[in-house]
Amino acid sequence: MAGSLQLEINGRRVSVSYPPETPLLYVLRDELGLTGTKYGCGEGMCGACTVLIGGTARRSCQIPVSAAASRPVTTIEGLEKDGALHPVQQAFLDAGAFQCAYCTSGMIMSSVSLLNANPHPTREQIVQAMQGNVCRCGTHPRIIEAIEKAAGQMQGRAK
Amino acid sequence: MKPALDWMDLEPERYEFRALPMHQFALGRRDFVKIFGAGLAVFAVVKKTAAMQETAPGPHGFHTEELPKDIGAWLHIGEDGKVTGFVGKAEIGQNVRTSLSQTLADELGVPFESVHLVLADTALTPFDAGTFGSRSTPTMTPQLRKMAAAARSILIERAAKQWSVSPDKLAAADAKVSDPTSGKSLSYAELVREDIGKETPPPDEHTKPAALWTIAGKPIPKVDARAFVTGSHRYSTDLRPEGMLYGKVLRPPSFGATIASYDDAAAKAMADVVIVRDADFVGAAAPTAAAAEAALAKIQVQWKEVPQISGKDIFAYLKKNAEPSKDERFRKAKGTVSDGLEKAAHKLESSYTVAYIAHAPLEPRAALAQWNGGKLTVWMGTQRPFAVRDDLADLFHIAEKDVRVIVPDTGSAYGGKHTSDAGLEAARIARATSGRPVKLIWTRQEEFTWAYFRPAGVIEVKSGVAADGKLTAWEFHNYHSGMSAIETPYDVANQLTQYHQVPLVLRSGSYRGLAATANHFARETQMDALARAVSMDPVQFRLTNLSDARMKAVIEAAAKAFGWPKSKSEAGQGFGMAAGYEKGSYVATFAEVFVDPKTKKVRVTKLVEAFECGAVVNPDGLKNQVVGAMIQGMGGALFEVIQFENGRITNPHFASYRVPRFRDVPEIETILLDRKDIPSAGAGETPIMAIAPAIGNAYYDATSIRLTSLPLLPSTS
Repeated sequence: MAGSLQLEINGRRVSVSYPPETPLLYVLRDELGLTGTKYGCGEGMCGACTVLIGGTARRSCQIPVSAAASRPVTTIEGLEKDGALHPVQQAFLDAGAFQCAYCTSGMIMSSVSLLNANPHPTREQIVQAMQGNVCRCGTHPRIIEAIEKAAGQMQGRAK
Repeated sequence: MKPALDWMDLEPERYEFRALPMHQFALGRRDFVKIFGAGLAVFAVVKKTAAMQETAPGPHGFHTEELPKDIGAWLHIGEDGKVTGFVGKAEIGQNVRTSLSQTLADELGVPFESVHLVLADTALTPFDAGTFGSRSTPTMTPQLRKMAAAARSILIERAAKQWSVSPDKLAAADAKVSDPTSGKSLSYAELVREDIGKETPPPDEHTKPAALWTIAGKPIPKVDARAFVTGSHRYSTDLRPEGMLYGKVLRPPSFGATIASYDDAAAKAMADVVIVRDADFVGAAAPTAAAAEAALAKIQVQWKEVPQISGKDIFAYLKKNAEPSKDERFRKAKGTVSDGLEKAAHKLESSYTVAYIAHAPLEPRAALAQWNGGKLTVWMGTQRPFAVRDDLADLFHIAEKDVRVIVPDTGSAYGGKHTSDAGLEAARIARATSGRPVKLIWTRQEEFTWAYFRPAGVIEVKSGVAADGKLTAWEFHNYHSGMSAIETPYDVANQLTQYHQVPLVLRSGSYRGLAATANHFARETQMDALARAVSMDPVQFRLTNLSDARMKAVIEAAAKAFGWPKSKSEAGQGFGMAAGYEKGSYVATFAEVFVDPKTKKVRVTKLVEAFECGAVVNPDGLKNQVVGAMIQGMGGALFEVIQFENGRITNPHFASYRVPRFRDVPEIETILLDRKDIPSAGAGETPIMAIAPAIGNAYYDATSIRLTSLPLLPSTS
C-alpha cells in the first residue's frame, strides 16, 4: 500500500505517499502540481508525458513512482534556470515550433535528452530520437529546426 | 420572414449538430423541485443548439442570437492603456488568439503588446456558434475591425472637441490621438476616462484596407508562447482547484448497450468514493483517478448489447441504405449528363471509398465541473462553449444564465470538440459531490471509442472527356460522407452532383475540412485518370478546364515551385498533383513518392503546396497551419482508419491507430499567395484537402496502380 517515497524532482527533495506502482505521471501532475507534463495516451505511445530520469527521456506514464525514487527527475518546469530558458526551450520559442502546444513539453524533454547524449545529432538521428513523440498539429519540421538550432547554440556555449 | 436556418442546412455532414447529447439523464424533476421549489424548475425538452451567427455579409443572412452592437461588449480600453477584446471563439492551436489580437491592435492603433483577448467564456464574451468552418477569420476580423474603428473615431472626436479642431485633421496611432498641426497629443488612456462602452458605432465606419495594415499581415509570434515552452500554460486538463475530485465513467462494452442488471453496493462501501447512476450513465468521483477507477471496477453490471454493422460491411451498407431525398440542397444539375457522355471521346466510371478516421487530439476531451448551489461552471476544451452551455442548461433543467462555460486555450480539436460529452459527464457526477469540483479526463481509449468520427463514405463518378481535353460530362454521387466541396470547380456543361444521406452507423461529425477531403480525393483522382485517358499533362488538363483565375494561380504557383513537369530520375519514383477550392480559399498540392521496387514500401518524399486565402493576417501562423494540415492530411491519406466490429472499436490505441510521426514527414515547401485585394478567409481546413489525391496520383505515376480507397496504403506504408 501507500508507503512514503522520497523523490528528487527538479533538484528538490519531496516525500509522497502513493502506491509504489502508481505511474510517476500522476504523482507529478496530481500530487505535486507539475502539470507541464501531459497525459496523452497512458500507454507510452505518444511522448506527451516525457520527463528526464537521470538525464534520459522516459515516459512518465510507464514508470512506477517507486522506480523513480532513486534517481533525479527533471520535468519541463525544471529546465528554466534563474529566469533563463534552457537553449532547447528558447529554440522552440524562436522557431515557433508549436500550434496547440500540448505536445511541446514532451517534445522539449525528448530533445534535451537527445542533445545530452548526442550534442551533434544528424537529421536522421533527430528523427529517430523523436519518433515516439506525437504532434497531431503537424509541426514536425519546425521541431526538427528547433532541435538543430538548439544543438548549434549549445555547442557555441560549450566552446 | 424566413425562420432561422440550422447550420446543417449548409453543411449536412456536421452530424454532431443534429445529434442529441450522448447522455440523456433521467435526473430530473424531483431533484430540482427539492432545490428550487416547484415553481422555478424549467422542464425544457432538448432544444436545438445549432444557433448560428453570421456577421459577414452573404447569401445566408441568418442568426438566431443577435450580436451585441455596443462597443463595450467587444472591447475595453482601460485607463492604464490596456486593451481587452472579447470574442467567443476558442484558441485550439490555430493561433486565433494571436491573429485576432493583431487585427484589433492594427485597427485601433495600439501596440500589439497592449492587447489581451478574452476568448470563449459564455459569461464574458458575445454569443458565438462555434469555432468551426474556417469562420473565425472571415467573421471576427471584420467584426473586431468595425468595433475598433468605431472606438478609434470616438476617441478622435473627443480629442477634436477638447482642442476645438476638426476631427478630419487628427491622426490616431500608437495609442494616442495627435494633431499634426499643433503637435498636441492625448493618449487613449486619457481619452477613455469617460465611459465609451455604451456608444454604438456609427453605421458608416471605415476599416483599414489590407494595404494599410501595420500590425496585421506581419509574422508576429504566438501570444503567450513562453507559457507553452515552460509548461506553465493551464489547459482544462491541468486545472486543480481546492477540494477537486477525479471523475471516471463506466463505459458500456459496445455502442448502444444498456444496463440489464446493476449492483454498486461494494463500490459504495469504499471510503471517499461517490457513485452516480442515472439511467445508463454510471460515474464515480474520488480523490484520485485511480481510486475512481477502482470503485467502478467493483460495480457488478450486466449489459444488454445490440448487434451492429461491422467495418467489413460498411461500404455495401452505405450504398444500400441511402435515404431517398427530394431535398434540392442535395442535388445540383446543369445540362444533361447523357448528352455529355455521348459527346465524349473517353468515358470513365469509378467508385471511391473513404474510411472513418479519428481526430485524436493530443489533449483528450476533458472537463472540470463545479456546482455552486443551482449554478454550474464548466471549464472545458470545446469548440462550441455556448452550445455546451445550452446542453448543460437543458439536461440539468436550469437557466442558461446559471451555466458558465470557460474554454482555456485548448490542446487541439480539428473539428472533434463540438459536443458536450465530457462536460455533461463531469457536471452530472459533480451534482453528487456537494459542491466539490470534479475533473474528468477521457483516456486515450475513450477518445478513440466514445468521441465521434469523420464519417465513412462511398463516392461514384461518371465522366466524359472530348479528344481536345475538354470535360463533356460529370456525374458525382457522395453517399454519407458529406457535401463540402462536392461541386466540381471545373467547367463542365453537363453535370449532376448529388449527396445521399445514410443513417449513421458510427457516431460521426465534423473533421477538419469535413467531406472536402473525400470529395477532392474522388474528383482529383478521377481528373488524373481522365488526363491520362486523353494523354494530357495533368496540370495542362486542369488549366484547360478551368476559368477560375484564383484556382489557376495556385496550380501554376505550386507547379513552378515543384518544377513540374519533372522527369523521373530513378525507378519507383512518381509525381502527382491535385487542386481545389473551398470556404473562400484555394489550394494546389504536388507530391513526389518513392515506391521501393522490391519491398513495395512507399515513402512520400516531397510535398509542395500553394495556398491562397485572400489577405494574409499572419504569414507565420498561416504557414504553421498549412504545413500542419499537410502532415495531418498524410495520416488520413495513407494509413489512418478506425476499425470496428459489432459496436466495438478494435484499434482504440496509438499502437494500432497509426498517426503521422517524424519519420513520415517529407520535405515540405509552401507558397502563400497574399491577395491584399481580397477579404481574409479562414485557413484551418482547405490546406488538408488536396493531399490525398496528390499522393494517390503520384503513386499511380510510380506504379500504374490506381488507388481508389482512403486510406491509400493502410498496411504497406
